[in-house]
Amino acid sequence: MYAFQVLSDHIPLFLTGLGNTLLLLVLSAVLAFALALPLALVVTRKVRVATPLIEAVSYMFRGTPLIVQVYLLYYGLAQFAFIRGSLLWPWLREAWTCLLIAFTLGSCAYLIQILRGAIEAVPHGEVEAARAIGMSPFQTLRIVVLPNALRRSLPSLENETIFLLHATAIASLVTVIDLLGAGRNFNTIYYFTYEGFAIAGLLYLAIVGFLRLTFALLEKKLLVHLRRAGI
Amino acid sequence: MKVLTDFLPIVLHGMLVTVALSLGAMVLATAIGLGGAWARLAGNRAVRLAALAYTVLVRGMPPLVLMLLLYFGGQTAINATADALRLEPLRIEPFTAGIVSIGVIFGAYLTETFRGAYLSIPQGEIEAGIAVGMPPLTLARVVVLPPLMRLALPGYWNIWLTLVKSCALVSVIGLQDAVYAALSIGRSTREPFTFMLVVMVLYLAYTGLADLAFRALGRRLARGTRTAGV
Repeated sequence: MYAFQVLSDHIPLFLTGLGNTLLLLVLSAVLAFALALPLALVVTRKVRVATPLIEAVSYMFRGTPLIVQVYLLYYGLAQFAFIRGSLLWPWLREAWTCLLIAFTLGSCAYLIQILRGAIEAVPHGEVEAARAIGMSPFQTLRIVVLPNALRRSLPSLENETIFLLHATAIASLVTVIDLLGAGRNFNTIYYFTYEGFAIAGLLYLAIVGFLRLTFALLEKKLLVHLRRAGI
Repeated sequence: MKVLTDFLPIVLHGMLVTVALSLGAMVLATAIGLGGAWARLAGNRAVRLAALAYTVLVRGMPPLVLMLLLYFGGQTAINATADALRLEPLRIEPFTAGIVSIGVIFGAYLTETFRGAYLSIPQGEIEAGIAVGMPPLTLARVVVLPPLMRLALPGYWNIWLTLVKSCALVSVIGLQDAVYAALSIGRSTREPFTFMLVVMVLYLAYTGLADLAFRALGRRLARGTRTAGV
């Protein structure tokens, strides 16, 4: 196929795309996790005003399309003079920053639910045992609750990471050259109709394969105690 | 405020497109999902492998990429076939293309949902059905389907939500939905935030309404079952 013959001339283009996709994925995943963990703890504590507020905002993010959130930030913010005049404007007008904010918050909304579920699934007897031998609440959290909860949530975290990777393809709609953007540019150069999308698709598939493999290894190592006897 | 009321009908019309698209695509995805689950569980080796390849490929790529690939690749394939047969090439209309591509994408996710649900049905129930001599269709209708629907509901609900939100991407294949309307109106009125916020509220209302429907459905399907503790 002609597309694959000329592909070798455009490896740097796809590498740029790959770099942007991976950077967006890793940064937003790490930021979302760092934000979600304390928020999930607040939700499980059933704090009076904070818990319903976090739940409501999380529901709002989960109930609306990410692309609308991205457009709201990227195209929408310019509508307000006070934002255009603010110190943050040089960052906020960049597509990259808007994407990072939207992906982080969008993923955080899901992670809160995942982590909340995992924390609530920790058997209460373990918490009582930890308190009985004199651990402080913080120690109980650090030594007993969190390690247990994070291990249990590994399969859900794997899925969420893959969904986040899928979501990063939106970057190409707001001028960023991610993998899909590279595929689109490749199409434009040669008047291809779909070949660039196919190449981008295969590269996404490879990233998903790599992520699944990494998580499988992690689960094998960390979930050894859940493996059934005899298998 | 005047601007908002003037242009609101266009956005609402776009939302109608989104609603019709999501319902059509969900019906198609459900059909594909049931067929796919059947293929993965009951087909011969070749059919099982084909179904597995379909779910792995589709679930490994972003819906946006697949939508573009299916739309442009599909049109190219149709043109090539028409050329080979010396026929007038058929032009796929964006709405049909949207339903087909979203249906094909989420059919793969539902294949896994239905397969998982089927595997959670106690096999003894199915064996009992066979043992009393039920014909396959009766077996499916009386023994398999009721628990399948109940067990698949949480996964189905989740996929539905993802599907609805993916419908916001269809403007990339030229469909004039609510997002498309809000973008173009926002650009010409210089109030992009206002109109995108309207779209957000509309989506939230749509997903919220669907949540209520699913909750009611879940209660109905759970009749006659007991859950631990609750």
